[in-house]
Amino acid sequence: AARMFLRLLSDVRWRAANPKWRGVTCSRRSTSNTADPHPVALPAQAQVVICGGGIMGTSVAYHLSKMGWKDIVLLEQGRLAAGTTRFCAGIVSTARHVSIELKMADYSNKLYQQLEQETGVNTGYVKTGSISLAQTQDRLISLKRVASSLRVMGIPCEIITPKQVAQLHPLINIHDLVGAMYVPEDALVSSANVSLALATAASRNGVQIHERTSVSHVSVQKGRVTGVETDRGQIQCQYFVNCAGQWAYELGHSGEEPVHIPLHACEHFYLLTHPLNEPLASNVPTIIDPDGRIYVRNWQGGILSGGFEKNPKPLFTEGRNQLEIQNLQEDWDHFEPLLSALLRRMPDLEALQIMQLVNCPESFTPDMRCIMGESPTVRGYFVLAGMNSAGISYGGGAGKYLAEWMVNGYPTENVWPLDLKRFGTLQSSRTFLRHRVMEVMPLMCDLKVPRWDFQTGRQLRTSPLYDRLDAQGARWMEKHGFERVKYFVPPGKDLLDLDQSKTFYKPDWFDIVGSEVKCCKEAVCVIDMSSFTKFEISSTGDQALESLQYLFSNDLDVPVGHVVHTGMLNEKGGYENDCSIARLSKRSFFMISPTDQQVHCWAWLKNRLPDDSSLTMEDVTWKYTALNLIGPRAVDVLSELSYAPMTAEHFPSLFCKEMSVGYANGIRVMSITHTGEPGFVLYIPIEYALHVYNEVMNMGQKYGIRNAGYYALRSLRIEKFFAFWGQDLDAFTTPMECGREFQVKLEKGMQFVGQEALLEQKQNGVYKRFTMFILEDHDTDTDLWPWWGEPIFRNGRYVGKTTSSAYSYTLERHVCLGFVHHFDEKTGEELVVTTDFINQGEYEIDIAGQRFQAKAKLYPFSSLFTQRRRKDEVELSGYQRE
Amino acid sequence: FYLTPPQVNSILKANEYSFKVPEFDGKNVSSVLGFDSNQLPANAPIEDRRSAATCLQSRGMLLGVFDGHAGCACAQAVSERLFYYIAVSLLPHETLLEIENAVESGRALLPILQWHKHPNDYFSKEASKLYFNSLRTYWQELIDLNSGETTDVKEALINAFKRLDNDISLEAQVGDPNSFLNYLVLRVAFSGATACVAHVDGVDLHIANTGDSRAMLGVQEEDGSWSAVNLSYDHNAQNEHEVERVKMEHPKSEEKSLVKQDRLLGLLMPFRAFGDVKFKWSIELQKRVVESGPDQLNDNEYTKFIPPNYHTPPYLTAEPEVIYHKLRPQDKFLVLATDGLWETMHRQDVARIVGEYLTGVHHQQPIAVGGYKVTLGQMHGLLTERRARISSVFEDQNAATHLIRHAVGNNEFGTVDHERLSKMLSLPEELARMYRDDMTIIVVQFNSHVIGACQEEE
Repeated sequence: AARMFLRLLSDVRWRAANPKWRGVTCSRRSTSNTADPHPVALPAQAQVVICGGGIMGTSVAYHLSKMGWKDIVLLEQGRLAAGTTRFCAGIVSTARHVSIELKMADYSNKLYQQLEQETGVNTGYVKTGSISLAQTQDRLISLKRVASSLRVMGIPCEIITPKQVAQLHPLINIHDLVGAMYVPEDALVSSANVSLALATAASRNGVQIHERTSVSHVSVQKGRVTGVETDRGQIQCQYFVNCAGQWAYELGHSGEEPVHIPLHACEHFYLLTHPLNEPLASNVPTIIDPDGRIYVRNWQGGILSGGFEKNPKPLFTEGRNQLEIQNLQEDWDHFEPLLSALLRRMPDLEALQIMQLVNCPESFTPDMRCIMGESPTVRGYFVLAGMNSAGISYGGGAGKYLAEWMVNGYPTENVWPLDLKRFGTLQSSRTFLRHRVMEVMPLMCDLKVPRWDFQTGRQLRTSPLYDRLDAQGARWMEKHGFERVKYFVPPGKDLLDLDQSKTFYKPDWFDIVGSEVKCCKEAVCVIDMSSFTKFEISSTGDQALESLQYLFSNDLDVPVGHVVHTGMLNEKGGYENDCSIARLSKRSFFMISPTDQQVHCWAWLKNRLPDDSSLTMEDVTWKYTALNLIGPRAVDVLSELSYAPMTAEHFPSLFCKEMSVGYANGIRVMSITHTGEPGFVLYIPIEYALHVYNEVMNMGQKYGIRNAGYYALRSLRIEKFFAFWGQDLDAFTTPMECGREFQVKLEKGMQFVGQEALLEQKQNGVYKRFTMFILEDHDTDTDLWPWWGEPIFRNGRYVGKTTSSAYSYTLERHVCLGFVHHFDEKTGEELVVTTDFINQGEYEIDIAGQRFQAKAKLYPFSSLFTQRRRKDEVELSGYQRE
Repeated sequence: FYLTPPQVNSILKANEYSFKVPEFDGKNVSSVLGFDSNQLPANAPIEDRRSAATCLQSRGMLLGVFDGHAGCACAQAVSERLFYYIAVSLLPHETLLEIENAVESGRALLPILQWHKHPNDYFSKEASKLYFNSLRTYWQELIDLNSGETTDVKEALINAFKRLDNDISLEAQVGDPNSFLNYLVLRVAFSGATACVAHVDGVDLHIANTGDSRAMLGVQEEDGSWSAVNLSYDHNAQNEHEVERVKMEHPKSEEKSLVKQDRLLGLLMPFRAFGDVKFKWSIELQKRVVESGPDQLNDNEYTKFIPPNYHTPPYLTAEPEVIYHKLRPQDKFLVLATDGLWETMHRQDVARIVGEYLTGVHHQQPIAVGGYKVTLGQMHGLLTERRARISSVFEDQNAATHLIRHAVGNNEFGTVDHERLSKMLSLPEELARMYRDDMTIIVVQFNSHVIGACQEEE
């Protein structure tokens, strides 16, 4: 095997201009394995230390140095581009489902294309194009969805017939294909050389590169990075970047203050062959056959083919392990299903001679998306790792975003889907990771259908009512480790199996959720919403109020007992978080945020609240069970249980009060439902949860009470035009852009974060506008359902994408929410979006290539509100989240 | 004509049984995870028996296989009774007193054993009273004896074996007023059975063996491979010590006639067994019992026949040889099986097949391309063949069934050959015994975590 590795490396033509580290490397290359006699001494200090000389580390170094940061040291434990980077298949593919990943891949492709010219290092870049094959109609739908997103990004892309596939590739058996997607600009590179080219350019820009230097741990003082310890001495630094690939988890745990980076390695196999008798042309397209779980690319006239098997082999669960490294050998029996798939796809390859089966571990993450960003606990500690086998495709873009993040404090795109802070310590268990990545790796090839739920690593965080709800037919999904009910299967109707829900069309739970929605509208429903992140912030004096007034855009100086919906904005006015805050007393506040805000919001506040012992913040998420009583009869149930009048006169909307429910005292009742429907959320200390639930269900019987789940909640709030943080709202969306000026108090008498940006928007207008679309000619029973990410067309021109959608049982139509931009017809420049611009247009939504007419609305249907309430009380502000 | 794979499976699985030790609090604290058992008849009816039970008044689990000959009566009786004798031998004095008092005063009796039975494993209702009385006499004697010493498992096993055989003999001599029972006890005594019994209590494993069934321990080596450790010695002509023992027990004049054609007195394959009073009683006693016995017994040529050169009985004993083994974490499983299995398979293969089945890992020699010229097509062919070889694993949910499948169906390459399997299973009754013997297998799986923890405590 070792001979093979050397061969791969021999492709590398080393032509670095900068002698600063060229000498080091060259001498090593010539003396092969002998240690370097005169290593260049490490500097005593640097602004940035990057650990890891793979594609990620070099890309970060490259981009940081381009942005003007020069005092950078890159450390690599072995040689540059020697880990996963050296062995990866080198396919640059932009066919990605998540929009941010698509953008990263697109940028990488463009970067690599000109890299050879820029650096003089041969990157092996060949524009071959790629063809993704569909063996089933569902797969074709999935490809068409990707194609729609690629096209609006300006990436050429075509859905083609099997016959066209045969014309593009000489070896393919097309008999079992229904179609394919052709992306002509996808490319192949030598990944090691790309990495070396990036290193060369970085080095010219002043980055110091030291090979054979391993970081043993990162020093932290007062929550900030202060330096690194290596086997060759110390370096003081302000920033540390962990690009250690599959070792990132361990490196994160090696410091005094652990940084949890949830990733886990799996073995990954690909096959190399000798050249064909008639060698393949160098520009023959790369084939991706997800139904066969394989990819096939040209490799020196032969082929390189690997895949993502159903039964992956996780490794290094217990950390780096010499035995496991030595055992990384060819496992042909394991590769057999993939080989069968390959020969079925290209039967003529039977006679082709094998060169080698390469075993190259890849790291995977719990949600199939990569990990980037700053640690929530250690400032200055950045991470870029967990590429889920797409390191080359993401490398350029990911490095760029991380560099921007470090230099400017925020990248130029919304990277929340990739942010390290979407995870917490709870995803850091090795057992969890081992089990989860065994599910994630096969998912690389599985069909991405709407509303997919992971099956492994479940039932970690549960409400005390879990068993009760489960026994009543609850079907579960998971968010940030917390089990939440999707819907309840009525007794006797237990025919629903998982596979039937896996569809791009009308799902089997349609009627079930419909009846839950109906009950919310007409009677009363209970939804367990315990997963929400809950913080209590209090102080001895006025510090809590003052700090929160500065950090939140709405006015929190309200009478005790009031609930305020408010954004937690960044300097640019964008939503870092969207929450409800109840003023419990003069000096204490109860804050409710989306489930996955637990880590991000905590870190954001911790970093910005004054370091003052009289001000305390506590995460009380686990202390309360939340029951949401939705519906017109919620008021009756609650008043009977509490012997207190609950009508609007006594208990107005957006009000919070501690009261007794049943025998239980101290229940925090809030008149919000996160749906715009009338009702209450009960925050119950967990030991009372079962009691209160039982009481509510017993008392509710005469009012027709029933359990409901999040699917019903989602339908309710989307038809009410409520935006959700994490889905519709992100750090690049301001309240002005989503019709929430009323949640911003620009004149609250003191400065707050984001105020300037908002003032400017108020004056100059916004460049995108959150809009609600009602699908007009869409047949719910027979047409493809919208999901999110569908392109929006105005008068035939692309103006933006949807961010969420749901079927409205009230309107009997699908509702999509999304942002409308105004691109100049000639220059493509973004213009101000006015109300008139929105209203005077004909809209279409593109679902997998098929366009449906849609009616745009900037305000919700007032007729949907069943109870007439004072306008300022109307809870226009639900911030529900998916 | 071939049986279809489902037909083959239904034959193989007809007698399979699995037991998993229940978990308490999500944890299995027993050193035994559970066991799989199965039997495949060649005789009609089958002469093998199996038993498994958990001791309720003392600790530990009992498992045994019994290979009957000259009918199944003795094996049946031993399979029903032996574990009670063992359990009683293991009980402390106070518990015995408690039980006796309960019986005396007609109170509910504390259950001694919890049986783990396949529905086909029956107990004879008619004889239960008789069996119970014999057992009670035994424990009454134990109470009277009260040595005050803690019970040694090895001694208890030996005593129980000997006592049961003695009771079988006595019951036949005394007879029973009920003619059915009278005939039954005689059939039990005149037929024979070997027994191989395991007693597992924590890390203490005792094997008591009488006859030519065998116990084998499956050990996983550090490199993951499997090896077999014998935990019993066959009591037959192939065992030099056994031949030596028999010769020692009889006058030198008989030396030549004792073992002929590898059989005891030229007749019996196992050198130790329950029942078989024809090799134990004096000629006079045999004649008396047969003559006074029911007509069926008199009509039976076999019972009347006296072995040749029968001078100094007894020639046969039921006393077991007991081997103690302290379980280690690498001891993954125990196979108890009648000679039907061991005749067809080497113990090393048994260890490998069961080990790979239980771990789901199949240590075929990995393929390496190395410097060879191999095409994708050739490699594909090779891999599909290797896959077929292990696919039989997935048909079985029971390790014992899996082992039987291999024992009956293996071809010369060590792969289950469906054609062969089908032929062997569709043999007519009268031919089946020519090609294979009754086969009874119990595979006990150990709990390495518990065993490892016990080891650490010490």
